[in-house]
Amino acid sequence: MRKKEEKVLVTFYTTAEAMATEKACREAGLEGRLIPIPRELSAGCGFVWCAPPKLQSKIEELLQEKEIAYEEIRIMMV
Amino acid sequence: MNGIYFDNAATTVPKPETVIAAVEQAMRTLGNSGRGAYEAALGSMRTVYHAREQAARIFGAGSPSQIAFTMNATEALNMAIKGLIRPGDHVITTVLEHNSVLRPLYELEERGASLSFLPCDEKGAVRLELLEEQLRPETRAVVCTHASNVTGNGVDAARIGHFCREHGLLFLLDASQSAGILETDLEKLGADVICFTGHKGLFGPQGTGGLCVRKGVEITPLLSGGSGIRSFQRRHPQEMPARLEAGTLNAHGLAGLAAGIDFVLEKGIGTIRQREQALVRRFQEGIRELPQIRIYGDPMAEDHTGVISFNIGEYDSALVSDELWVRFGIASRPGAHCAPRMHEALGTKEQGVVRFSFSWFNTEEEIDAGIAAVRALAQERR
Repeated sequence: MRKKEEKVLVTFYTTAEAMATEKACREAGLEGRLIPIPRELSAGCGFVWCAPPKLQSKIEELLQEKEIAYEEIRIMMV
Repeated sequence: MNGIYFDNAATTVPKPETVIAAVEQAMRTLGNSGRGAYEAALGSMRTVYHAREQAARIFGAGSPSQIAFTMNATEALNMAIKGLIRPGDHVITTVLEHNSVLRPLYELEERGASLSFLPCDEKGAVRLELLEEQLRPETRAVVCTHASNVTGNGVDAARIGHFCREHGLLFLLDASQSAGILETDLEKLGADVICFTGHKGLFGPQGTGGLCVRKGVEITPLLSGGSGIRSFQRRHPQEMPARLEAGTLNAHGLAGLAAGIDFVLEKGIGTIRQREQALVRRFQEGIRELPQIRIYGDPMAEDHTGVISFNIGEYDSALVSDELWVRFGIASRPGAHCAPRMHEALGTKEQGVVRFSFSWFNTEEEIDAGIAAVRALAQERR
């Protein structure tokens, strides 16, 4: 099993916002991918956006700019 | 698709080439079923009728008119449950159920129906011997799945059907996980309504599903609207199948569903079941001796489907599933699988389970690659 690393995770209410985030991050050239939601988190949607921690503020700005709703953004070991 | 696909209980991939060809042909040629007597509209009507005939064959409906099409099993289950259960009725169901059964039942509970849940044993098999003691004077129906989407355990529907006949109860069967794999003949099972989806074991496109309704069972429709017949009547037609089909049908999808059922009938349900069970057992044999592996359900049972679920130690099933995909290219499903009571019964509410689900198209080589991947993950625990 992989060694856990620090990541920034974004949780969503529904998969529509997860898709919007993936699209926005791809267009902005921000690294990251959707993964199944870790059990420590609970959210409406079963997927989280997982990215390097250094991108946290850029992702937050992007989600705000694009008016994409999300439940929570946090740093976690995954 | 890229990689190895073990999520056939979510939807089958790939579909038979004949299904793809049928959908393409339909999209090039079909008009709207029942809306005209020119070739394109008649073609659509014939296509839908052929799908009805094929569904009637696999679900043992006396007549194709007893098949109504929906967009999926969830819609079919909502129609059957909400259209038959009334406030004050008591319903017996099981802890194996998917939310597509549970949530409509909970809504009815809020409107005055009451529910009892049959528990399962340590292998996840539903305890049907407790049916009798759940019976009340106001019991109206048994609603249950034909096979668990979490463990792959089959449910002895014929036994439930017999119980329902004996006590004058309605029997609504959710065949989402069993159609194309287990026996789903309405008469043989003694069911009143079988709800099915088209895109799993029947190899059809997503957006197809339906109900097989015993003659004389009158489901109050959930929807009303265009039917192509009796345009000046205020009320939606009461006759099956129009009764449960308001609006334009998914004829393009149903062309594919008919081809999918052709494929299943040609191979034979028994042959498909044996093939899937052989794959499940091969996988089980390959992983069961590994350290810290926990397998759920009863994969050796005669009525098991192509599903097998497991965990590695205390690892989050989401992490295991992600590792399987990222490092080994194996598609699986982790987490709670929309069946909350099943996870409570198995003690996997927090951890979830990693589910592999096989289809006719999986190979022994793929199963062995799955075994090797799980072995590698189990042995490199940190």
